[in-house]
Amino acid sequence: MIGLIHYLLLATILFGIGVYGVFAKRNAVAILMSVELMLNAVNINFVAINKFVQTGNAIGQLFAIFVIVVAAAEVAVGLALIISIYRLRKSVNLNDFNLMKW
Amino acid sequence: MSFTINDLAFVLTAGLTVGAALGVVFSRNIVHSALFLILAFLGVAGIFMELGAGFLGLVQILVYAGAISVLIIFAIMLVMNVEAGHTNLPNSSRGIHLGGALVALLLTISLGAAIWRSELSAFPGPQPVSDTVGALAELMLGRYVVAFEVAAILLLLAVVGAIILARGVEEE
Amino acid sequence: MINMQNILNISWLIPALPFLAFTLIGLFLHRWPKIAAAASILAIGGSFALSVPLAVKVFTGSPEQVFEISARWLSMPGLRVDMGIMIDPLTAVMLIVVTTVALLVQIYSLGYMDKDPGLSSYFAYQSIFAGSMLGLVVASNFGQLFVFWELVGICSYLLIGFWFGKESARDAAIKAFVTNRVGDFGFLLGILLLTIVFGTLNYSELAVRLAGYNNMAVLLPISILLFFGPMGKSAQFPLHVWLPDAMEGPTPVSALIHAATMVAAGVYLIARAFFIFSQSPQAMFLIAVVGGFTALFAASIALVQNDIKRILAYSTLSQLGYMVMAMGIGALTAGMFHLMTHAFFKSLLFLAAGSVIHALHEEQDIWKMGQLSHKMPITTWTFVIGALALAGIPPLSGFWSKDEILLGAYAGGYMGLYILGSLVAFMTAFYMFRLIFTAFFGSNTHGHHSHESSPVMTIPLMILALFSIVAGFVGSPFMDNIFGHFITSPGAAHHEASLPIMAVSSLIALSGILLAWMIYQKGIISPENLRQRFSGIYQLLYRKYYVDELYAWLIAVFVDGGARLLEWIDLKIVNGAVNSLASFTGWSGQTLRYTEDGQVQTYALYLLAGVVIILITAMWAVFAALV
Repeated sequence: MIGLIHYLLLATILFGIGVYGVFAKRNAVAILMSVELMLNAVNINFVAINKFVQTGNAIGQLFAIFVIVVAAAEVAVGLALIISIYRLRKSVNLNDFNLMKW
Repeated sequence: MSFTINDLAFVLTAGLTVGAALGVVFSRNIVHSALFLILAFLGVAGIFMELGAGFLGLVQILVYAGAISVLIIFAIMLVMNVEAGHTNLPNSSRGIHLGGALVALLLTISLGAAIWRSELSAFPGPQPVSDTVGALAELMLGRYVVAFEVAAILLLLAVVGAIILARGVEEE
Repeated sequence: MINMQNILNISWLIPALPFLAFTLIGLFLHRWPKIAAAASILAIGGSFALSVPLAVKVFTGSPEQVFEISARWLSMPGLRVDMGIMIDPLTAVMLIVVTTVALLVQIYSLGYMDKDPGLSSYFAYQSIFAGSMLGLVVASNFGQLFVFWELVGICSYLLIGFWFGKESARDAAIKAFVTNRVGDFGFLLGILLLTIVFGTLNYSELAVRLAGYNNMAVLLPISILLFFGPMGKSAQFPLHVWLPDAMEGPTPVSALIHAATMVAAGVYLIARAFFIFSQSPQAMFLIAVVGGFTALFAASIALVQNDIKRILAYSTLSQLGYMVMAMGIGALTAGMFHLMTHAFFKSLLFLAAGSVIHALHEEQDIWKMGQLSHKMPITTWTFVIGALALAGIPPLSGFWSKDEILLGAYAGGYMGLYILGSLVAFMTAFYMFRLIFTAFFGSNTHGHHSHESSPVMTIPLMILALFSIVAGFVGSPFMDNIFGHFITSPGAAHHEASLPIMAVSSLIALSGILLAWMIYQKGIISPENLRQRFSGIYQLLYRKYYVDELYAWLIAVFVDGGARLLEWIDLKIVNGAVNSLASFTGWSGQTLRYTEDGQVQTYALYLLAGVVIILITAMWAVFAALV
């Protein structure tokens, strides 16, 4: 009874929560965590479709692995950046960083 | 059609995942958020298992819940300069907060509506579990070996870059 | 000798010769004033010499005979104007009048303008004026007439403002031109209506198309609009204000243009277009009323004026009113007859006045003249002859023409206009002899310093005096009213001469002269006493009923006010629109910069919002069904 649609809907909900988190929080680390949520939602999509639609091979899972790899790299670099900025500005509150202001 | 054990498992796992995700986003303590994130990762791993991607689920647990989450917690520790309960406050700009909420809602609803009204439910259910590791290996080291190598280099770059960024460039 | 038919074929020379003189003087002869004057006089003399045999030919033929030649000048869909010559009895009369008076005035000018530095220009202007006036008179269609009408107006401007060093002369020239323009505007509208409705402007063709046409809704506006031209050119109320001021020009100019010819062009037009006017009784009534009112209005002002030329100017206005009134009551013959006689005796009066002014070194106030009869006999007695003719004393020419007008009014049933005309005749006699008794026979001794003018000035005076005496007989019962035999039109009124009317008008004129004699010569009633007892009326008349002041006020309110309104619109609205556009740009910049706040989340929000909008738009069908 649980079909493709439900998995996709789950992924959509997760994605939406991740999007909300990007805008709703002021801590840079929290935003990174929301981005991770979004990536996970995408992964669920890949695997679900692989399982239900294109069943002959495991391309979806492979791609999900690559997404995980990229996510890991991104988290690493991102956190390094945050630590670097923290050292300079003593804050990880995104609202304090308005150097791009007019 | 009857409500099988599989369906129950899905519902529970999905509910766990969504609940954890909400916890990540609504918690005011960043450490709590990190812990909720770990829970969410585990939930997603469970979803993978249900979908028959056993290897992927394990990788999820190892990498995400194991390494990335720890990394995040380390970083949190390094950048915590206020008392824990105030580390993850909502956005000080109400406009962006509400705008973001609206946009997220619209996105979810429109995508969900599109999915709900599509004919994707016509597809058959999940196939029996097969040898996923072998299949993945065949693909990864066969046809997509270049992507595999590139991913490896990417990780290398990320490591080097993270070290440089975190340590800072020293004046000679 | 010259073949009679050939005369008609070369009749185009009559207007062409003065134009040729103008060109010659303008291009070559400017440096030699005497030669320029000679060229001009020769040209007008040639025109006169051609006009006489032509008139003889016309007046020995049938009254309906019309000679016409024309060449196409301007042709486009809906409008066709030819350049042509049309000679009929009306034209012939005008040709004689214009060439005679113009020739005599130009000869007179040799003496009057003798030491003027602008003599060459003066004769150039005189020539082009003569050419234009003649061209107007021989025109075969309204378009050509209008062209020469405007040319004549320009010449009037040039000649009034001839002494352009004087500010009053400049102002007077502009006033004349602008007032004329107002009339010409209506006139042009009338002509345009004519061509729109009837498709042609040629007199004979129009007469054919107008026969039996009785759509009043079209004819009445056309008639009224066409009448605007004469109102301007012949100085009828309320466009009369330019004529008194036109006296700023040299006196020969006043004689020629503002007494005999140009102002008569309006009357000529009414005669020419009589076949149009006579079809609408309301227009005819309007013409008669305007003419009659002008006559009375001007005569009343003339009663109290002190400048000799101003008196004559208001007298001209009054007589023009007479002519227009005559046309309005259908007495076409009487009107044209009076035009002819008036041309002779009014130009005589002006030239004689010029002789006086010249002799007294530019003095024009009649109270500063006196005893002129002793030193300037020819001038005096020719002036008296002219005044008698103007007052309408038989058997001088003015009597016959004025009497015919009054007869037309009485017999046509226009009793109000008859009484008005008689009253004006009385006033005319009175103010003319007020002038004569004061300036020529008065007790002031200024006249002793004067001397008679040279023959070049006095001979034209005598010739004109002769015409003033005899010219009236062509319209009198003695010659069986041969004038009326030729100058007539369907719809014009004819009346048998009436002895009682003649007697009454003669008596009225004589009593006017008697009253003037009593007040100004014998002093039985003192002018100062009259002035004080009727001071209110005196002021009103002396200030010309304050019409000039009214016009100045109207212009200040409407023209200046309109200009100020437009200036406000330009500054506030037009400028404001441009400025507000610029300030809007500035404002939008100042407001929009707040979108760049440097916050990453803001930019991310903009991005994602755009994506969501595109998404929803693309999936609108799904989304709408869900809702």
